[in-house]
Amino acid sequence: MLELSSKELQRAVEELSGQKVFACYQCGKCSASCPFAAEMDLTPRQVLEYIMDGRVEVLNSNTIWICASCFSCMARCPNGIDISKVMEALRQLLLRSGRDQLDLLKIPEADLKEIPQIAFIAGARKLIG
Amino acid sequence: MSEREEPRVGVYVCHCGTNIAGVVDVEEVAKAAQALPGVVVAKHTMYACSEATQREIINDVQQEKLNRVVVAACSPKMHEPTFRAALERAGLNKYLFEMANIREQDSWVHKDGHKATEKAKDLVRMAVARARLLRAYEERELPVGERVLVVGGGIAGIQAALDLADSGYKVFLVEKEPFIGGHMAQLDKTFPTLDCSTCILAPKMAEVARHKNITLLTNAEVTEVTGFVGNFKVKVRQKARFVTSECTACNECVPVCPVAVPDEFNMGLGLRKAIYKSLPQAVPAEYAIDIENCLNKPNLLVCEKCLEACSPKAIDFEQPREKELELAVDTVIIAIGADPYDPSKGQDYGYGKYENVITTIDFERIIAPTGPTNGKLLRPSDLGKPQRIAFIQCVGSRIANPELVGNPYCSGICCMVSIKQALLIREKLPEAEITIYYIDIRAKGKGFEEMYRRARLAGIRFIKGLPAEVLENDDGSLTLVGENILLGELYEHRHDLVILSVGLEARKESEKVQKLLGVARSSDGFFAEKHPKLEPVDTATTGIFLAGAAESPKDIRESSTQAKAAASRAARLMKEGKIRIEALTAEVREEMCVACGICESVCPFNAIHVDGTSKVTEAACQGCGVCAASCPVGAITMHNFTDEQILAQVEAALAERPEEKAIVFTCNWCSYAGADMAGTSRLEYDPSVRLIRLMCSGRLNPKFVLRAFELGAAGVLVTGCHPGECHYQSGNYRALSRFQLLQGLLRSLGIAEERFGLEWVSAAEGERFSQVVNAFADRLRRLRAAPEEQEMVEVH
Repeated sequence: MLELSSKELQRAVEELSGQKVFACYQCGKCSASCPFAAEMDLTPRQVLEYIMDGRVEVLNSNTIWICASCFSCMARCPNGIDISKVMEALRQLLLRSGRDQLDLLKIPEADLKEIPQIAFIAGARKLIG
Repeated sequence: MSEREEPRVGVYVCHCGTNIAGVVDVEEVAKAAQALPGVVVAKHTMYACSEATQREIINDVQQEKLNRVVVAACSPKMHEPTFRAALERAGLNKYLFEMANIREQDSWVHKDGHKATEKAKDLVRMAVARARLLRAYEERELPVGERVLVVGGGIAGIQAALDLADSGYKVFLVEKEPFIGGHMAQLDKTFPTLDCSTCILAPKMAEVARHKNITLLTNAEVTEVTGFVGNFKVKVRQKARFVTSECTACNECVPVCPVAVPDEFNMGLGLRKAIYKSLPQAVPAEYAIDIENCLNKPNLLVCEKCLEACSPKAIDFEQPREKELELAVDTVIIAIGADPYDPSKGQDYGYGKYENVITTIDFERIIAPTGPTNGKLLRPSDLGKPQRIAFIQCVGSRIANPELVGNPYCSGICCMVSIKQALLIREKLPEAEITIYYIDIRAKGKGFEEMYRRARLAGIRFIKGLPAEVLENDDGSLTLVGENILLGELYEHRHDLVILSVGLEARKESEKVQKLLGVARSSDGFFAEKHPKLEPVDTATTGIFLAGAAESPKDIRESSTQAKAAASRAARLMKEGKIRIEALTAEVREEMCVACGICESVCPFNAIHVDGTSKVTEAACQGCGVCAASCPVGAITMHNFTDEQILAQVEAALAERPEEKAIVFTCNWCSYAGADMAGTSRLEYDPSVRLIRLMCSGRLNPKFVLRAFELGAAGVLVTGCHPGECHYQSGNYRALSRFQLLQGLLRSLGIAEERFGLEWVSAAEGERFSQVVNAFADRLRRLRAAPEEQEMVEVH
């Protein structure tokens, strides 16, 4: 895990995302809107609560990698928080410390032929620093 | 005091505890004041408003023969009356007093102690310069009679009307619908006592109808209001009812009427005839004909079935469709209520698309015994008995996302509405599953928390976490998708009926009423009170008061409380029989007047006329100063806001380092109050600005601006009320056209146009005020940093 204090985490997320995380009043509409919430270990709402509570372990959550940036959460957020950007900020925190989530060289040749080009590029953008 | 007497000014600089002294060096400000011309006494004091300091001021006036007093402290809107009263106690005319606002405009909005102290010195210098030129005025008294107009016949209007009528005042109650009672008449039962709404409302409505001091005008709308307290002239347009007072409410007409249209009283859930009444207990008791939907169209089609059926011969199709009434009243109470939020606007949760998604107000009609199902709890799609019922809270409320439809505030009533309705369902359907999806339950009020507890004990489920969406199933049931946030688990729950708990929002007609009466609204659309805590039912206009949900969302009890307060405020004015009006009128120097008539054409109040020379009707003059600013020969003097006084403030503000300072002209009602709001909210802004208060932005004489630039001011910013919101009807439009003319003139004088600005700021927009000032100061700073660029711009 990154060496971050609670305050540093909060400041970094707000700075990288440009979002006012503390405007969240925990209504849960984001989680309910998220098409992948069932796959996540923390729901999107919980990710925000973790940040507000200064829990750095939010960076270990699989949620930030599962998030597909579909913006459903943002479209319904009554407080106008673009949660996709918050997820991206958390990803960036890790990626910028040199921790790629994907090794392109390790993708089997057969899969490479199957994966659409656009998905390949999107995956590279999202998962590589 | 004679006008030639040498000014002897006393200056008192207030610490306001640490509110001012924590930032501003008050000793230094007092020392600087001592050196100003005309200043005899300059002191600093812990609390200027304390009785001890007031006595000290009175003593100084008498001992030191002071004839002008300046207090540098808070906003004049706060304590000007206090110190004016002290002057009167000292035997000095109250208009010989001036305040320098070094708290709201200085210590509360600047952190840099040095800059704040410099600004305080400037503000005091400006106040002293103005004070030296102040004159004494006598205030006039206006008669105030005993007639009051109440706009709106809901519970607030009814309560205010009855209290005033009982106290002997003559009340005109104007209601736009054919029946009074408002939203309260639509409710089944009321929280937290569960007493029947109609049972407690009907006697009040009946009392309105028979009260000898109340003239009830239904089907009527106010179309014009002119004048002022004690002398309002009101025009009312009343649509015909086509049913006379001969009506015995026997109901013979209704069954024979062949028309059926959606019943708005029942939220469109049922049908009504073209001749109808809202409730059996409706007031007035006479039926009304909805002529738009009636088949009887003269020269086209004759349906007179109701006419034939009516044995008392109470139906009269000969009535003119509309009539205009003129009323003269002394005070006005605005009680127009609020609209429930309409979820179809934002397509929330499929409202308007799925039949079994309804609002809490729709539900009131479904369970009310007078409603379309006669009180049977049936769901709309198949008239089946719902067994799984959900409430969703905060629909259209607490929305701070500008991309979404809804209101940013909490209405404060919807939680209790849902809890009440859930308990009513529990009574009727003991086996039903009832779930309330919420974020926070707000149950603040007498007996509210107890009712919330009762609901929990009655087995009503409260699930924290709002659904993101509602999906309709083939059988008409609905699936709610959301997260139970206390469990951190996603849910998909099926319900037979979904009730959206909607808040209240400002009436559609608010804007119209606002313009008719010239009163302000806050950014949420509701009418603005004079002071949010201490004057909660007054408006900024003397003689106009607020009652009920017109001012902010309210339940019945709060509406009643406020209505009774408004009635008492109005009675207090009318009981006195007269009111003293500030001596802020225009005066024509007849020897200078050329009788051009421009003043007459610009006066919004019909208060100045050319008769040889221009003459002011003092009782009608509101003191905006539009005439004085328009007079081409400078023949009009505004009392207490003379050209000389304002120019003296401009000169004093720019006495030192003018190139670093911007003059901001504010109007008394909107932008000055907006600056005060920035102060009370501690919203920091650039310390280079110096505010000068005018009564109206329309008072801005171009020479004030030209003088500022002549003295080398960095910039001049004019601020006023938003278009359509001018306290004097149209002064800000005058300011706008003068601004545009001046822009051209300044350009030809080689003054960069960025140095002159115009912005609208309302009394509630503290944040906007600070943003506007910062943006202007930034603009000036950039201009100073790149003077060549500026020249280039001018060359092209």
